[in-house]
Formats: sequence, structure tokens, C-alpha cells
Amino acid sequence: MAKVLVVTSGKGGVGKTTTTAALGAALAQQGQSVCVVDFDVGLRNLDLVMGAERRVVYDLINVVQGDAKLPQALIRDKRLDGLSLLPASQTRDKDALTDAGVARVMDELRAKFDWVICDSPAGIERGATLAMRHADVAVVVANPEVSSVRDSDRIIGLLDAKTARAEKGETMEKHLILTRYDPARAERGEMLRIDDVLEILSIPLLAVVPESEEVLKASNVGSPVTLNNPASAPARAYADAVRRLKGETVAMVVPTERRSFMSKLFQRRAA
Amino acid sequence: MRNIHNSSTNVTSISPTRPSLPLRGRSFRALVLAPEMPLGDWFANLDALLARSPTLFAERAVILDLNGLTPPPAAPEPVSTAPDGPEAGSSPTPADASAVAATSETPAPAGDAAPTEQAAPSEVPAEAAAPAVAGPDLPATAGPDLTALLGELGRRGIRIMGIEKADPSWLVPGLPPLLAGGRPADATTVPVPAAPEKRRPSSLVLDTPVRSGQCIYHPEGDVTVMGSVASGAEILAGGSIHVYGALRGRAIAGAGGNPRARIYCRRFQPELLGIDGLFRTADSTDPKLRDKPVQVWLESDALRMAPLD
Repeated sequence: MAKVLVVTSGKGGVGKTTTTAALGAALAQQGQSVCVVDFDVGLRNLDLVMGAERRVVYDLINVVQGDAKLPQALIRDKRLDGLSLLPASQTRDKDALTDAGVARVMDELRAKFDWVICDSPAGIERGATLAMRHADVAVVVANPEVSSVRDSDRIIGLLDAKTARAEKGETMEKHLILTRYDPARAERGEMLRIDDVLEILSIPLLAVVPESEEVLKASNVGSPVTLNNPASAPARAYADAVRRLKGETVAMVVPTERRSFMSKLFQRRAA
Repeated sequence: MRNIHNSSTNVTSISPTRPSLPLRGRSFRALVLAPEMPLGDWFANLDALLARSPTLFAERAVILDLNGLTPPPAAPEPVSTAPDGPEAGSSPTPADASAVAATSETPAPAGDAAPTEQAAPSEVPAEAAAPAVAGPDLPATAGPDLTALLGELGRRGIRIMGIEKADPSWLVPGLPPLLAGGRPADATTVPVPAAPEKRRPSSLVLDTPVRSGQCIYHPEGDVTVMGSVASGAEILAGGSIHVYGALRGRAIAGAGGNPRARIYCRRFQPELLGIDGLFRTADSTDPKLRDKPVQVWLESDALRMAPLD
């Protein structure tokens, strides 16, 4: 049975799309069949991060409205077997998504894939609630920063109230991915520490993704970070996250960049 | 609790020559009170009912059915059972006790400006069906003292909207209008079995954290939160507020006027505190209390707060 996962945060710019692409690619790298779905209608980005922007013909709205069949709209990744993208429309707006249409598309996706990952738009309006509506698991992305954490808290409240699972009286599995984390700055009190965030949000931690230039590098070349440089710290954090999602027990560590002996030496001297 | 049962809107134009005033009809569900002859007994029954469900008549249209008070020769047998509502939509009544319900219809007036109010009776068997034939307290010739009766009801918080089945000669100026033509309806809104529930000392216990953007409104009693109250969340309680986690949001206790309500929390980081209309923002709290277990109470019109240990 397929698992539908929503990546959500409330606040914009915390790394939802990066996380969606990275988790999708990492799951596909670990042999799963995955579809990443962009729900950010009007501000689509996932196709860029996935490097598929020049291959979009039909999009989610076309499928929801019945103008295209699902297989016509799905874009298969050229690098990874088992990874597909259902892009969002850039020209339409969120009102074009209907409840019934989205439910039908999600059912079709469930039948086709092991994992369906929905990239939620920022905010708490219709687009975001539709993206989370049919999810079985939620991944809440937050930065170690008060406004992001508060918005995530708001989203967790909505996950417990406005999803199909919540309305059936079931509980929604929720996980936290803390992104853009810098251990040194957290130590100096310049950003919230992991414990602080967990204490406020009180949901289980799935991964801590360190702040890294690799993320920007990867999105600029249109490749999920887990695919672009699997050895990088963010890629390892996402790979661990995926193992935990699959039910494996992996010790929680904050990955750091592996530096050569020489660069470590220079770092010391500079400091 | 909804009083408005169904609404029929008939707009009638009065005159084609000038712009017409739109008149609408609306039908409400009314409770029918039917006093019976030993009025002392009847009021005792009524008081017992009110003790069980004090809000039974609150904000509800109540009609007074005076059939039971007609002089003995005119009313030789007390009405014991009435047919269920013949109208479509009214279902058989699981009727309870002394409360009797009917619909009073106010149909749209046709052409004329004056709305013709109508109400019709429906009697549902009541517990107190047995007596009533016995010696009347009132002389057979004179009508019952309606002013006194209404006064007694008013003292119990029951306001009468209309009177039905009364001899027109009983009515004195200042009484509610005499109604006729109402249709029976079921008493679905009479919450007699539900009433004891309402009277339970109600305290609300939340096992989950209160998330940002959530508002817990509990006007009747205490609120206990077993987790934290997030920044941007709000708790409004008629009684005290207990937070067995961090209080980072807004906590307003004693809402609706309870100066004895207090706020307790395990970790004190509130955005706003309020007890009985007095408020304090986070800025104006003692920074030394931050992160500590704290209680907040009201003393001589000022919010006081102190650490719990």
C-alpha cells in the first residue's frame, strides 16, 4: 500500500521543495517507486529543483480537471528509475484544484507508486490544506528560528484537524525535519537549539539537515541534493531520514561536511 | 440550540403602483406550556423540571395553552393524547414530561401589512395527566388571573410570547396576543435527558498540546492542559487554567466574571494573561518569573503573580 507523505511548514523559504526533491530522490535511490507532486500552483518550483522544467507538458491541474490523463502528466526522472514528478501549473491558481479531483488523482497515484510525496505551498490556505488533506504521514520542515517554529506549530494543529485522517478520528503520523541548522551558531545562542525546537513542537525528529552550500549548488543545476552529491552532509541527513521513514532505526547525528586534513588545518589557523 | 425550525419566505407585493415593503413570513418552533388546574401542583412540577434543566426555556419562544384552565363545564375531560403532527416534517414525538411542544406558525401575510399570527395546540401526554379534574382553584365564572400566572412564570425566567385556547374575555390589555391555528410539532429540542449533563461541574482536560492558532473556549469551568500552550494559541476559561507544560500563548481565566479564577503553569512564558477582565502582556511581567512554575491570581483589582516553588 502506498504511503502519501506531505512536506509542509507554514512558513515559506524553509526548504519544503528542497526536502521534497531530496526525499523523493533518496527513496528512489533506495529502490522505491516514488512520485513527487507539486501542489504549489501558481508558484511552481519543484520542476526546477528536479531539473524537469523543460519537459512539462501537462500538470496537476490538467489531471485534476480531467483534461489530461495521469500518465500523460507524469514526468519520469532521467537519472533515477522509479522517480516521477507531477508538476504544478504556473499559470493557473489554487482555486482550480477541486476536492474531488484531487482525491481522485491521489487515489490513482496510490495505485501506481510506493510513495507519493506532496510538496505543499507555504501558508495555511486552500493550497496547503489540499496538499495535506490525503496524506498518511506529514513531514514538517522548520528552521531553527522562532517564526518558522511558530508557523510549524500552527501547521501541526491543522494536520490534526483538517486532514482526511483527522476527520476520520485517526491520528496523523508527524515528523520534523530541521533544516539550515548550524551547530556552532546554535551553541553560541544565535539560533534555536534542536532541544528547544523539539520542546516547542513536541513531534518526533526525523532529521537535522545542516546549513550547507551544497543545497543551493544542487538546486541551481536542477538536481536533488541527495542525487547531486550523495556524500554531502545534507544528502546524508536526507538519506538517513528516508531510512527512518522506511522503519529502520538509524542513530540521530547531525552530519557535518567531511573536510580534508589540510582544510581542517587551515580552518584552525584562520580561527 | 436552534429555535428557528424552518423559514418560509413569501414576499408579497402590496400595491403595483408604489414600491412595496417586502413582508416575510417565518416559522419558529415554540414550546407550549399548558398549566393544569391545581396550579400549585403544576408549578411544583414545573420547578422540578427547571431544576433539572435550568436553560430549558432560555431564549426560546414559549406559548401558554390555557385549555387546562377553562372552567369545568366547558372542559369536562382533560385532553390526554394528541395526534402526532400531521404536517410533513414533524416526526413522532418521544415526548417527555411536562414540556409540550408545538409549532407556532406565522405565515406570510397576503396583501395586508398586519401579520396574522397563528398558533395551534398539540398536547403530548404528560406525567401530570392524572389530576386536573379535581376541585378548581378558580371560580368557574371568572377567568383565571392571567396577570398573576404570567408574573409567576416571569419570576421563573419564562417569558410568554402568545396565549392560545383562552377565552377572549380573560384577556386584559398588556397580555401577550391570543394565537390560533398553530400546528403541532415534535419537541426535539427539549433536552430533558441531556440536561443533567450540562449541570455537571465541567472541567476540560486536554491531553494534547494546544498549537499555535488554536483557541480553546470553555466558558463553564476549568481548563487543564497536559502539554504546552504554544505561542499564538489562546485559552479562555470561565474558571481557572492549569498548564502542565510551558505557557507560551494567551491565557484568560475567569472569563465572564470570576475574580477567584487563577492561572497555573509549569513554565511561565506567556504572551498575555487575563483574569476577570484584567490583562497583562508579557512585557509587563516580571522577567524573573520567566521559565519558572508560576501562579497568577487577582488581589484587590490587580493581577498578582508568584513562583510556585
